[in-house]
Amino acid sequence: MSVLQAEKLSLSYDTTPIIHSLDLETPSGQITALIGPNGCGKSTLLRGLARLLKPKVGSVLLNGLAIQTIPTKQLAKELGILPQSPVAPEGITVRELVAQGRYPHQDWFQQWSHADEEALQKALTLTTLTHLTDRAVDTLSGGQRQRAWIAMALAQETDILLLDEPTTYLDLAHQLEVLELLVKLNQEGKTIIMVLHDLNHAAHYADHLVALADGRISAQGTSHEVITEEIIRDVFGVESQVIPHPITGKPLCLPLRRKQ
Amino acid sequence: MSASPWIVVRANKFSIRMDRRIPFVLGGLLLAAFLVLILHVGIGEYNIAPLDVVNTLLGRELGDKNYHFVVMELRLPRAILAWLVGAALGASGAIIQGLTRNPLASPDLTGVTAGASAAAVTLIIFLPHAPDYWLPITAFGGGVFVALMLYLFAWRGGTSAGGDSPIRLILVGIGLSAALGAFTSFALTFGDLWHVQSAIMWLAGTVYATGWNDVSALLPWLIVCLPLALYGARDLNALNLGEDVAQGLGLRLILKRAFLLLLSVALAAITVTVAGIIGFVGLIAPHLARRLVGSMHEGLVPTAAFAGGFLVILADFVGRTISPPTEIPAGIVIAIIGVPFFLYLLWKREKA
Repeated sequence: MSVLQAEKLSLSYDTTPIIHSLDLETPSGQITALIGPNGCGKSTLLRGLARLLKPKVGSVLLNGLAIQTIPTKQLAKELGILPQSPVAPEGITVRELVAQGRYPHQDWFQQWSHADEEALQKALTLTTLTHLTDRAVDTLSGGQRQRAWIAMALAQETDILLLDEPTTYLDLAHQLEVLELLVKLNQEGKTIIMVLHDLNHAAHYADHLVALADGRISAQGTSHEVITEEIIRDVFGVESQVIPHPITGKPLCLPLRRKQ
Repeated sequence: MSASPWIVVRANKFSIRMDRRIPFVLGGLLLAAFLVLILHVGIGEYNIAPLDVVNTLLGRELGDKNYHFVVMELRLPRAILAWLVGAALGASGAIIQGLTRNPLASPDLTGVTAGASAAAVTLIIFLPHAPDYWLPITAFGGGVFVALMLYLFAWRGGTSAGGDSPIRLILVGIGLSAALGAFTSFALTFGDLWHVQSAIMWLAGTVYATGWNDVSALLPWLIVCLPLALYGARDLNALNLGEDVAQGLGLRLILKRAFLLLLSVALAAITVTVAGIIGFVGLIAPHLARRLVGSMHEGLVPTAAFAGGFLVILADFVGRTISPPTEIPAGIVIAIIGVPFFLYLLWKREKA
């Protein structure tokens, strides 16, 4: 089971520092949600963890090794990343998109092995896309499209999957469709680390929550430890009431007004 | 579940896959080009019947002793060169469109061919005694210079979401083309008359007056570059999903992007040295190919090459035979279809 950590990690865009000397250990085999207000650096942190951004200082470690030192194809077999609202090329089919997930497993003389075909079929089955395999991605609904991208990341067969706001632009039913899929994948053994906007979704679906403010971790732990009136006030600047969900017992945040 | 649209070939550790349509489409395009070639070689001031053309091509001696000379020495090299030039431009366009995720990109609209042409004109006029093999290298250098400029001015933000718009790349390309065109005019105005004339000869975008020497100048480059383009197809597929996704899949972004860009420039620049600037092929051929075989580059790159070859051989044939004895350069014939097509693409983008 792979472990992904950040150690004294500082990230910046050009010269603007975003993440400041951050230490984080994501629990393996669990779902971690990064939450926080706009501009707090949660997407930047995710990009850093996925080696899409090079650290200015510090490092991201996979099983104790700095990810910058791991050959990029090797890393891509252990760590998958799905950016926020990716755009599929015009006319590309679900099958063609999902097959791209096999990229790190292939080379020029080995372009479609039996293992590739099996991984493709497995990813399509897990995301219940088998009936849409040969449809063009741009003709699918938002939820189906997001499932196709997740299927691509699944075909990559990594232990860890990073997702940046996988539910953006989806309506409620499609949001739950995607989140329930991620829970299913997690139960099959995948470590999931994602940025989420919706606190109640984070509380409901994630095992471990990390609240960020101004590029630093304000709080982390279970939903009961992180979704509290005090932390919501500090991190988001919002007065709220947190009550237990009448059915699940998970904390439910009811926002009242902005902090005066 | 529907049947797989792929053909998969596996042997031990070796495996490849491709869309079922690809062999048929490639075969069809090749056949179409061959039919045009027979007409191209047969029709002219001295007409030769198609069957006689085929017999002559097959090396059979016929009654008329002139056939061999007209077919093999006068017309065949030109027809073959037209196809090769189109193939190089089609592949170059497919690569640059995939690389930039920009359906408007092509070697001429980005100014790459203008750069190659300006560099080649400079060489012809100011260093007339340079050995022949300098010409392709100089043209390539000019193309690379433009590619660097594009990278600096139009590509810095990346091509993924939040990066620069496709229109920006084209605007910068048009600006660079204009500047380089002005430079070329300057060189033509102030250069030695004799050398200027030989420079003007191929600037028009024509394969007029070509011989086997032009074919053999172009062929080695294609034999190297086209397989490399096929080799890069998987990387293009990954890049086509956006830079973040491609990197997440383990693609070495800077290395692969530089390699593919240089390959696209090389393919376009080499055509300039034998045929001048032939515009719009690099734009149209990949679009045509996408309609025929979809967006995956292992099929798209060869199909765009074959479609480009077909387009240029057809354009050269039409230009040569439409109003004899006047010849319209292939580049102009293609522009007649190419300009409306470009406007259509722009219009479609505006609507989207």
